[in-house]
Amino acid sequence: MAPPRRACFASDLLPSAKITLLEPNATYTACPFSNLVIGDTRAITDQNFSYEALRRSGIAVIAGRATAVDPVARTVTSGDGRTLTYDRLILSPGIDFRWNAIEGYDAAAADQMPHAWKAGSGTLRLRDQLVAMDDGGLVVMSVPAPPFRCPPGPYERASLIANYLKKHKPNSKLLILDSQDTFSKMPLFMEAWETHYPDHLEWRAASQDGRVIGVDPTTLTLSTDFEDIRANVANVIPPQKAEEIASRAGVVDATGWCPINAISFESALQPGIHVIGDATIAAPMPKSAFSANLQAKVCAIAVARLLSEMDAQSTVLANTCYSFIAPDEAVSIAGVYSNEGGKFTNIDGAGGLSPLGAGADVRKAEAAQADAWFAAITGEAFG
Amino acid sequence: MTSIRLSVPQTARKDEIIELKALIQHPMESGYRRGSRGEQIPRNIITRFECLYDGELVFSADFHPAIAADPFLKFYTRAVRSGTLEFRWTDQHGETWSDTASLSVT
Repeated sequence: MAPPRRACFASDLLPSAKITLLEPNATYTACPFSNLVIGDTRAITDQNFSYEALRRSGIAVIAGRATAVDPVARTVTSGDGRTLTYDRLILSPGIDFRWNAIEGYDAAAADQMPHAWKAGSGTLRLRDQLVAMDDGGLVVMSVPAPPFRCPPGPYERASLIANYLKKHKPNSKLLILDSQDTFSKMPLFMEAWETHYPDHLEWRAASQDGRVIGVDPTTLTLSTDFEDIRANVANVIPPQKAEEIASRAGVVDATGWCPINAISFESALQPGIHVIGDATIAAPMPKSAFSANLQAKVCAIAVARLLSEMDAQSTVLANTCYSFIAPDEAVSIAGVYSNEGGKFTNIDGAGGLSPLGAGADVRKAEAAQADAWFAAITGEAFG
Repeated sequence: MTSIRLSVPQTARKDEIIELKALIQHPMESGYRRGSRGEQIPRNIITRFECLYDGELVFSADFHPAIAADPFLKFYTRAVRSGTLEFRWTDQHGETWSDTASLSVT
């Protein structure tokens, strides 16, 4: 969700600057709302967006993957061998997976046990596996230890898979094997699961032997410390790190993620390179689409100021995450953050969670707000 | 309060090497983490784990703050006689918990 907006906003702020967007995907497939596709209540085509409007706005959009960054010469090389020079580089690397951190789970295993943690073909594969599964089957989802993209995402997905099973495969069940003991919006999800899916969803915490340590993709077996579990459909969300280009640019530290100055989003490791989105270390800001989009805007302002020989200024940032608990019901969390002093902190008393115990009317109203948010953020980014 | 999840074979042949597994349910808060408002989260960890086979110490471990939440241990011992395996763990405040399993050796 971050790159296009960044480029567009920067062009408003710096009309005389030459801005180039180097983007590997021909079409953008949005992660937010893609769990509805897995739950078979939304078409993947509703997730797809084109870069044409950005092109029309005068930004040079190059279809290709950045394959190398030279932070000293200040150049970026693209997959077709082209070299671009920059005064300021804004990297939105996104995430990559720590293959084999779960023994046996590598890129090939993801064909049989899709992660679907980057929206696209994996999203459809997981949905198609659910649709093809016989009634009475066991669906198993593995959730990694944090940090990972979209902290409430696994639990939204679990809700929507359980909803699908309840409607179409009522003798089936979803088992969540979790490497966490607590999670985002936990009381709200727990309440929703008890209300909507008591017979179709079971959550097993890390302390209850929920950690998946190995898989066998040929038999769809997931192994915990104590047990081997055979699944009919397995959704393995693997441990994560910043995408490869961030390592190549030298902006990743030992954690696998990118340390940044919270005011300018400039890398703590490489001057002249700014990093935004899921790849950054920005806690307590979560790795969410809303956060990435706002970070892109704040970063664009900081870059515009720096190029105009002004200092970057601290500000207030925010995040909102909607999660569907059913196809037409949602809950939300909102946070407000300060980046004063170059560090992100929560602002006390701001933000909040949807109320526990609220009626279906409140949840449906939040689903409508989620729809409006999705239309607004994608409309703004892609025109 | 913490509890433990154990895997102990019910029976073993004499002199067989048996695998024992224990998962201690504990947050293992390192003391180095900060909350969302920058406040330090106090250290709260398990410091010692022991396994006694009929009263004899067969395995022990000292834990430090770098051990992750819900520590999992897998270790081996030789089945010498039927008896009780006792698993004991102690936190930094000196509070101790224990659980037992019986092993029948044939």
